Amino acid sequence: MSVAIRVIPCLDVDNGRVVKGVNFEGLRDAGDPVELAKRYNAAGADEITFLDVTASSGNRETTYDVVAKTAEEIFIPLTVGGGVRAVEDVDRLLRAGADKASINTAAVDRPEVINEITRRFGSQVLVLSLDARRTNDPNVASGFEVTTHGGRTGTGRCAVAWAKEAAERGVGEILLNSIDADGTKDGFDLEMIRAVRAEVTVPLIASGGAGGPEHFPPAIAAGADAVLAASIFHFGPNDMIKQVKDAIREAGFPVR
Amino acid sequence: MAERKKVTVLDYGSGNVRSAVRALEAAGAEVTLSAKPDDILNCDGLFVPGVGAYAAVMQALNDVGAIRWIGRRIAGGRPVLGICVGHQIFFEEGVEHGVRTPGMGEWPGTVELLKAPVVPHMGWNTVTPPEGSKLFKGIENERFYFVHSYAVQEWNFDVAQPKMLPPQVTWSEHGVPFVAGVENGPLCALQFHPEKSGEAGAQLLRNWLETL
Repeated sequence: MSVAIRVIPCLDVDNGRVVKGVNFEGLRDAGDPVELAKRYNAAGADEITFLDVTASSGNRETTYDVVAKTAEEIFIPLTVGGGVRAVEDVDRLLRAGADKASINTAAVDRPEVINEITRRFGSQVLVLSLDARRTNDPNVASGFEVTTHGGRTGTGRCAVAWAKEAAERGVGEILLNSIDADGTKDGFDLEMIRAVRAEVTVPLIASGGAGGPEHFPPAIAAGADAVLAASIFHFGPNDMIKQVKDAIREAGFPVR
Repeated sequence: MAERKKVTVLDYGSGNVRSAVRALEAAGAEVTLSAKPDDILNCDGLFVPGVGAYAAVMQALNDVGAIRWIGRRIAGGRPVLGICVGHQIFFEEGVEHGVRTPGMGEWPGTVELLKAPVVPHMGWNTVTPPEGSKLFKGIENERFYFVHSYAVQEWNFDVAQPKMLPPQVTWSEHGVPFVAGVENGPLCALQFHPEKSGEAGAQLLRNWLETL
């Protein structure tokens, strides 16, 4: 046997509330991240990821509070991203009860921060969140460009080279989000997954484009160790995690 | 209801200990988070967490003076449960980036980089517990949450040693077989995180509390 493919629901949290909404039957307060995390935990999620999209850094206290409340309730790994810029941010998240932190723009701006965080807490606490899109820019060797600010800002840097550098600097895994596929429900960007997989040996979490359970096995065949999605779980039927896991299992990959 | 078992979670600045405290409480223990000698010695079970680098964990344990008190518990036959790097430190040594750090040496073996295509080993994996395992009773076929890059991949316990019962070893596999757990009388250690392993992990913690 081998390690199971992880299925990870992602919750966008704004000032302590889940945004984008959800579609769970019988959930009184659909906007409460703690309640939703419990639901997904009970439904068989292998990890939970919170993405803090709170615009004002002054409201981050609310996020730490949400993390602490969630950590009281669920006993599976919890990753928190959004607004992580320095060692101190990771320290606060871990103290609040997070198991891992994900970093995006701050690492693009100053890659050394990866070394600083992982030297202090180990590689396993840090996930590189990499938002990439296809480009015709001849200077981007892989054809996939690193973007920041939720895909709005191009950097002219090669996503594969950046993934490789971040892994060498110490990140424990890479969350690869396709900006082109995100929201399309047409499936994951398999070429992008293959391109990054060929160059990095840390676990790879595929994200962006999932529209149905059938989209997950190809992402795993392309090299993903884990799959992350939001709306398919929020708006799909209550047993969507099970449906996704069944699809992965039927394709011959191990799941929990 | 039976009296709650008193567990001390060793507090020496190692990562997210809050989840260990919560998981043990949920399993029915009365938990103290502390590094005071009194709390380390005077509890039914000592829980030794550990994340990060081997050398850093050994250093931090030394800094709070815990090595001596853990050793005294083991010598006195008092239960100890080590987790992740807190499992690895009970072997002879850890090798990271070519640097050898002596461990507590309760068991033979070297903690080395996993020889696997994808490292860290991160996620839910199966285990193969030995027959008669108390910790894995009823959860032999469950998956547990691992997150680590280093492990003991060779186990050469000298079964000819007089007056010593051979430890019960649980194996797992990621690229290569590695030691996922050891049950050795009062001293138990696990490479994975029961406190992060959902219901299976909760049952394992309850199983451990029952042995105290």
